[in-house]
Amino acid sequence: MQIHKYDTVIVGAGGAGMRAAIESTKRSRTAVLTKLYPTRSHTGAAQGGMAAALANVEEDNWEWHTFDTIKGGDYLVDQDAAEILAKEAIDAVLDLEKMGLPFGRTPEGRIDQRRFGGHSRNHGEAPVRRACYSGDRTGHMILQTLYQNCVKEGVEFFNEFYVLDQLVVEVDGVKKSAGVVAYELATGEIHVFQAKSVIYASGGTGKFFKVTSNAHTLTGDGQAACYRRGLPLEDMEFFQFHPTGIWRMGILLTEGARGEGGILRNKDGERFMEKYAPVMKDLASRDVVSRSIYTEIREGRGCGPEGDHVYLDLTHLPPEQLDAKLPDITEFARTYLGIEPYTDPIPIQPTAHYAMGGIPTNVEGEVLADNTTVVPGLYAAGEVACVSVHGANRLGTNSLLDINVFGRRAGIAAAEYAEKSDFVELPENPAQLVVDQVERLRDSTGTERVATIRQELQECMDANVMVFRTEQTIKTAVDKIAELRKRYLDVSVQDKGKRFNTDLLEAIELGNLLDLAEVMATSALARKESRGGHYREDYPNRDDVNFMRHTMAYREVAEDGTESIRLDYKPVVQTRYQPMERKY
Amino acid sequence: MATPTLDKADKAPEPEAGFADSPYITATFRIRRFNPEVSDEAQWQDFQIEIDPKERVLDALHKIKWNQDGTLTFRRSCAHGICGSDAMRINGKNRLACKTLIKDLSPEKPITIEAIKGLTVLKDLVVDMDPFFQAYRDVMPFLITKGNEPTRERLQSPEDRERFDDTTKCILCAACTSSCPVFWNDGQYFGPAAIVNAHRFIFDSRDEGGEQRLEILNDRDGVWRCRTTFNCTDACPRGIEVTKAIQEVKRALITRRF
Repeated sequence: MQIHKYDTVIVGAGGAGMRAAIESTKRSRTAVLTKLYPTRSHTGAAQGGMAAALANVEEDNWEWHTFDTIKGGDYLVDQDAAEILAKEAIDAVLDLEKMGLPFGRTPEGRIDQRRFGGHSRNHGEAPVRRACYSGDRTGHMILQTLYQNCVKEGVEFFNEFYVLDQLVVEVDGVKKSAGVVAYELATGEIHVFQAKSVIYASGGTGKFFKVTSNAHTLTGDGQAACYRRGLPLEDMEFFQFHPTGIWRMGILLTEGARGEGGILRNKDGERFMEKYAPVMKDLASRDVVSRSIYTEIREGRGCGPEGDHVYLDLTHLPPEQLDAKLPDITEFARTYLGIEPYTDPIPIQPTAHYAMGGIPTNVEGEVLADNTTVVPGLYAAGEVACVSVHGANRLGTNSLLDINVFGRRAGIAAAEYAEKSDFVELPENPAQLVVDQVERLRDSTGTERVATIRQELQECMDANVMVFRTEQTIKTAVDKIAELRKRYLDVSVQDKGKRFNTDLLEAIELGNLLDLAEVMATSALARKESRGGHYREDYPNRDDVNFMRHTMAYREVAEDGTESIRLDYKPVVQTRYQPMERKY
Repeated sequence: MATPTLDKADKAPEPEAGFADSPYITATFRIRRFNPEVSDEAQWQDFQIEIDPKERVLDALHKIKWNQDGTLTFRRSCAHGICGSDAMRINGKNRLACKTLIKDLSPEKPITIEAIKGLTVLKDLVVDMDPFFQAYRDVMPFLITKGNEPTRERLQSPEDRERFDDTTKCILCAACTSSCPVFWNDGQYFGPAAIVNAHRFIFDSRDEGGEQRLEILNDRDGVWRCRTTFNCTDACPRGIEVTKAIQEVKRALITRRF
């Protein structure tokens, strides 16, 4: 076991982690731990754009953006945070441009902007051009630009280091962060990183679904590490299903395709979104569009022999426009479906895309131990966190924005905290939990296989807690997850070696997914209303009287060792916007 | 916003051809295995799997790892050609496993899979990427500017933006560099990927570090080692015209400096 000492440790090297690192490296001795290489992070898969009311191409302002974000999140958004997001968006985009990001340009040479779902002029009047973009590879450009600037700043990376435990120490009754424990993929060695501050920026948890736009590596490791140490997870029942995933594969086809004029059609060729969202049509918020698609499918208007998908039609757009604005997604259609988007519509279905919930933080990125108390030295930003700027449903282009605004904020706050603080003493045997976990899995002779349990979990989640949910389907999921968690104790791996043992890591990742799936289903069961991405057919309306509040889920361990989930609730921060009925 | 063209929409819903009855086939994957914890020698191992030919090579590798041999080791993440983790040599050519469909590989014959060449193999299909990323860092892959920053964005015309668009697509997968015979023979050569990333800045109208980068690439291990074999262009999963980019850097060196 090796012990390292850094002022600041950042877990994850996607957009939020690297944006934080650029700030914290200037101010404190920083190490960035990533289970991949930085440029492999899933920020690179984001396509359509990053919202900011630059008003480069038409009238816009950050107040309209704030409103759209709050309405898009079905009023579960903390309004102070949304205001910061929309205000700081402008500098966040300009900062990236100055770092070298090759944005698309207007004829005058300014940053160009395009339409995106849920972003509107003057509180819902009509779509507005707010998304700054670079073709349909905006996330790729952000990831590359941030990595380039990390190279420039000399950021220190530990590549292929899996963080498996968060060290939380109680000092005078206050929970503090002491550091993290990581597993080095190349050698199997365990490393303890003692740090004054730790920032989680490790991304989402989409891999508990089967049809998902998420990478194989998005297994909620950061959320699970904190949760297992008694820290809460907020609003985990809210998961976004992006309307346009490639049929059966789930690969993302950007909402920018509809921003450029693409249209969703059912088997009769009908532009069905006109029925569900007369003003915004195909550019309504993602939860609305995904539900509309499944309503079409359920009512027998789905396409194909099994009627299980609809079409994204780009055939009326000029090929030059597709080549210039949507080169990657049109290539995906050609590569994976053998379809030519110039002439044929693309079969799509909603795909599990984004966790609105996560590790609760305040607007400085400080992690909360309960509704009000911060954990000194512990920060989170990006998809792993819940600020909450996305509420019950995130608007497209607000995630690339979130990682830049709150990544930067967390980086500055963590480094400044480290500057004025001492190291927290490590607990005795700091690596014990990880050592035990790794040894148990490596030595196990159990008969259960990782791939089997994972597949059953994914199929169960797709069937029961996706776009439509009921008490019964959620209970089915809760029971199934409990069964799988039991069987997981009997899981074994074939690779017993130390070197690049991805077999072992997949088993650990599955454990994280199971923990988080349980939290998600339990939180969803208790929320007896429909709001944003959480739609209960048995409670089809939003219930502001009983549920205008954030869910806070805690892991409880009884004296006899039995685990359970305790749910608590946290008020929503409301400033100037009163909840209204949500129409697009 | 564009309005629907109904005539096209009416005849549209027929393109199921790509997914019509998809019969599973039995394919043999011949994989070059290496694990120094077990043996100093690499060896070929055959795996037979049932697979839909429209699936990806990455799907096949997962089937093998998940159902037959958990020790099979490879890198992967996004699974759709964006993250650059899974470059490997498939039937002798560098490709991304997640962007290569089985049907395009003559699956009636064994499909060979091995690690990319020119970088040290650490286990099975996993290579040491450090020299590759070091070469990337050596070309100063970041925007270099002088003077005060403007308040708003720097202006750049759409034409100037287009000038370097091709080389911004690079995902640093190393398929190009590890297909280059010069790189195989001399690991000191920067390799195509590093030059592509230098090109991305040299031809960016906002950048003022061109001279510094050209100086670096004028080195004995720089662009002049390129023998224009076009392997890199063939290998690039992003369709970047890599050889052309290298030629443009060579031309810039000649016209600017001599």
